[in-house]
Amino acid sequence: MTENIYWIPLLPLLGFLVNGLLLGKLPKRVVSLVACGTVGGSFLLSLMSFLELKAMPPDLRLIEQTLFSWISSGDFHVNFGFLLDPLSSLMILVVTGVGFLIHLYSVGYMSHDSGYGRYFAYLNLFTFSMLVLVLADNFLFMFVGWEGVGLCSYLLIGFWFEKKSASDAGKKAFIVNRIGDFGFLIGMFIIFWQVGSLDFMTVAAKAPEVFVAGGTLVTAACILLFVGAAGKSAQIPLYVWLPDAMEGPTPVSALIHAATMVTAGVYMIVRVNAMYILAPDALLVVAIVGGVTALFAATIGLVQNDIKRVLAYSTISQLGYMFLACGVAAFSAGIFHLMTHAFFKALLFLGAGSVIHAMSGQQDMRYMGGLRKYLPITFGTFFIATLAISGIPLMSGFFSKDEILWKAFSSDYGHPILWALGFITAGLTAFYMFRLLFLTFYGKERMDEKTKSHIHESPKFMTIPLMVLAVLAVVGGWIGMPHIFGVTNYFEAWLEPVISSAKPAVGVHMLTSAGGDTAMELMLMFSTVILVGLAIFAAFKIYNKRPEVADSLADRFKTPHNVLLHKYYVDEFYGAVIVRPLIYFSLFLWKIMDVLFIDGLLNGLAKLYEGISETMRSVQTGRLRSYATVFVIGVFILIAYAVIE
Amino acid sequence: MIDTTAASIDFSIIAPEIALLAAAFIILVSVYNKKMRNLAPVIATAGLLVSLLIAIEQMGNPKTGFFGMVTCDDFTVVFKILFVISSLLILMFGRRYFVSKNIDRPEFYALLCISTMGMMVMASTTDLVVIFLGLEIMSVPLYVMAGMDKRSLESNEAGIKYLIMGAFASGFLLMGIAFIFGSSGTTDLRRIAADFQFIGENYQLYFNAGAVLTLVGFAFKVAAVPFHSWVPDVYQGAPTPVTAFFSVGPKAAGFAALLRIFNFGFEDMEFISDIFWMLAVLTMTVGNILALRQGNIKRMLAYSSIAHAGYILVAFAVGGSAAMSAAVFYLFAYGLFNLGSFAIITQLEIRSGCKSELSELSGLSKAHPYLSAALTVFMLALAGFPPTVGFIGKFYLFTAAIDGGFIWLTIIGVLNSFISVYYYLRVVKVSFLEKFEGTFVPVKYTPAMMAVLLITLAGTLGLGIFPEKLLEISRAAIFAFL
Repeated sequence: MTENIYWIPLLPLLGFLVNGLLLGKLPKRVVSLVACGTVGGSFLLSLMSFLELKAMPPDLRLIEQTLFSWISSGDFHVNFGFLLDPLSSLMILVVTGVGFLIHLYSVGYMSHDSGYGRYFAYLNLFTFSMLVLVLADNFLFMFVGWEGVGLCSYLLIGFWFEKKSASDAGKKAFIVNRIGDFGFLIGMFIIFWQVGSLDFMTVAAKAPEVFVAGGTLVTAACILLFVGAAGKSAQIPLYVWLPDAMEGPTPVSALIHAATMVTAGVYMIVRVNAMYILAPDALLVVAIVGGVTALFAATIGLVQNDIKRVLAYSTISQLGYMFLACGVAAFSAGIFHLMTHAFFKALLFLGAGSVIHAMSGQQDMRYMGGLRKYLPITFGTFFIATLAISGIPLMSGFFSKDEILWKAFSSDYGHPILWALGFITAGLTAFYMFRLLFLTFYGKERMDEKTKSHIHESPKFMTIPLMVLAVLAVVGGWIGMPHIFGVTNYFEAWLEPVISSAKPAVGVHMLTSAGGDTAMELMLMFSTVILVGLAIFAAFKIYNKRPEVADSLADRFKTPHNVLLHKYYVDEFYGAVIVRPLIYFSLFLWKIMDVLFIDGLLNGLAKLYEGISETMRSVQTGRLRSYATVFVIGVFILIAYAVIE
Repeated sequence: MIDTTAASIDFSIIAPEIALLAAAFIILVSVYNKKMRNLAPVIATAGLLVSLLIAIEQMGNPKTGFFGMVTCDDFTVVFKILFVISSLLILMFGRRYFVSKNIDRPEFYALLCISTMGMMVMASTTDLVVIFLGLEIMSVPLYVMAGMDKRSLESNEAGIKYLIMGAFASGFLLMGIAFIFGSSGTTDLRRIAADFQFIGENYQLYFNAGAVLTLVGFAFKVAAVPFHSWVPDVYQGAPTPVTAFFSVGPKAAGFAALLRIFNFGFEDMEFISDIFWMLAVLTMTVGNILALRQGNIKRMLAYSSIAHAGYILVAFAVGGSAAMSAAVFYLFAYGLFNLGSFAIITQLEIRSGCKSELSELSGLSKAHPYLSAALTVFMLALAGFPPTVGFIGKFYLFTAAIDGGFIWLTIIGVLNSFISVYYYLRVVKVSFLEKFEGTFVPVKYTPAMMAVLLITLAGTLGLGIFPEKLLEISRAAIFAFL
């Protein structure tokens, strides 16, 4: 299989072509068969290549495959080339595996939608782009996938484009991502300028020679790349599009806006970790932005009432964890959390989708409650996912989150403050997740009678993916258990060949790491578990036992509550400071610069030429006499010139 | 250098010409037989095809014969191929038009063959007298063809005007050749090229005047301003396939002669470059500006053909092999998309009463979506948009001009291209955006017309994306006499 990696992205592309070109001509069953079949096939191929890679000795686990030369201009060469190594093989497993489950789920979820074929065509196109993104062997080809997933995200957020809020959300996602892409591109230019290549392997090999460790250029390049990552992965200040992206169909939120696409930024940073190691300042920026985003988004998640919005802010927050891990140079921990998060967050979204499906489209948790007995499978799986994300010991989220927290504390790039950000976030996460759980599945049934009569458990197509993901959400973390448990961290060992082992150059790192030993690690782990326990207890007390407490608390802390409810007024701030001035500036360019100045100039020129044309036409009389005269005058002038010369 | 003393009478050198002459002769004899009359297009096609095959066979095998009067090098062959292909295409899409206008006469096909033969003679010699001979063999059938629609006043007018102006120009050309002979003692360009510096001081003036007059003679044929006045009237009046024929073959033949004379024979003459850039600037500018306000497509294309001659003249001002091969490339490219445009106009004119006014195109995209798409491609090619060969042609021309130091001339050329976009795109605009009241009568395609459209379309786009092969051929033509 490893000789033909290109089949992995090619299959979903074929699916897209079939479903896209024959749109409206295929029956639903064929559409779903093609869409799920191609992604399923991709998953099997990914699995095979993973196993083949695993059979190789660790330092040989690297397969590069060039399809053809794409751009060749002077010194600039870019190939359509794929790179399969432990990192990308892991990513394609997650993308195709979770992707396949979500495709299956969509068969049930979208069964009543009139845009069925279009939906699956987009979903296949997304899978293709995402696979290109993670398999590309150079920046530019990765950028193709990067933009491709952005496009699909836009198309799928605005899937129900008749709804204005949906099409607006699509536009918002696209535009905000463009800002990030700008940074990504400039970063890419700097790398090409300095290294002379965009090939990942070449860049990784040459970066230590070309760049001065801690130098301005490498720091600038890394920060600019991170701007791109922040756009795609919804970090401060570019996170604003992700909550709105919940306008899309819920499986899309699960696949694109939780499990795969939004993690592309994390993947990209790990892909070029060799450069980040050379730029401790950039790492610090990544860590701080990640940590602050984690905390910031978690606080907003505390008070949201829309079930999907809570999950959206939770996603932003968890992505913050991943960046925090990258920022303290714990790249494998970042990818580990990426993977476990893909399992439990996809499960949470799909569970939420199942709830919404049952509630006839109702997303507001204030009108839910007591759904536990109506939706037993959904509830069971959702409960497991909630445990996983909250970091209950032995669940997948526990291991990955714990590793990040420990690395934030103890790594050479870490700091107790960074740990504290993650620590508080862990408590908040448990609180808002259990709040969501209690509001939705426990307590009084607050929906109206009509909705209530329609509540039903989802069909098999939807519940089977839930159950598979639930298993993964439990066991997915077991491959990366910490050393203090006396076992091998298989995950870390697997990624080891890809992660730069370089220690920070002497004198360039600025944080004094706290360091730490086994006892410390156990103590921190224990305190996190305690905090999580307390948070769950509080949520239980407030939202399950005495819901009125929540209201009185909200009353007592009116101002902070309002600030949180309005998401710190960030959207309003951006609107006033960036969007409004831009609109006025565009109006100026349009009405004044374009219409008056440029058009005026051009129309004037056009008038002038028409006038000249009209005048010259009068020479063309149709009379031979005048033709001959012109002819002879021409001859005389030319001869005169020849003679004078 | 080719052996100038070759005295052999070797008919294989002029075999392509002989094939055409034979075809013409057979047609002219067969007009007396009712059955044979209808075979005229077939005979002409066969003659052209045989001629083409022989010409291709001659590639890469330069020969001289007939006491140095006939030279067949790669330059000759490349132009022969160009002439034959354009005549073939005209033949393919012209028939239906003539039938519909009730002017389908076998003589046309004979004249087409003879005229094509004349062009070949022009390209396959280094002797001024033979060039003149070829020019007349080419031109006389053209006069007749222009006036072929004898019931149409415009067609008659076109024929007469073209004849008078043509005779007028021939006079100047002959005078120029006489001056050159008088001052240098020979009409053989190879001897002039070899002995250029030995022309005496006293005769230099006559020689220069002779060169200029010769240039004027061909400038008339390629429709360079100010020797262009006949073009709009003749193009508009002549039957459309004939106009198409005018715009490619004779123009290319004129340029072939100019290439031979001024790039090979008089290449050391410095002031000629000045004259060429003056002509180029005038021709481009006047052609484009006058095309702006034309309401008739044939007339618009007439001015457009003037403008394109201007672009090619830029190459002559620049000189050197890069510019010259760019000129050859451009002639091929222009031939393709110009014939394509004319084929479409011919197709539309088959409807009765159609006079190729721009307004008649409105609603075309509804009635003939594919035809409008093809028309759009050709218009974009004429305007020089990628990915058409029109862009590549202009790109090579202007690159050569910049490399030759003629940056200002390039700027004028590019500005002119901008202007031209207006009137080319207006055709597209009318056919796509303007509504047509009443019903648009669709016209059936003949297979031959379909083939012409497909060939020109494939060439316009294909060579726009893969221009290497044609560029190679153009270079081979120019290197033949370097």
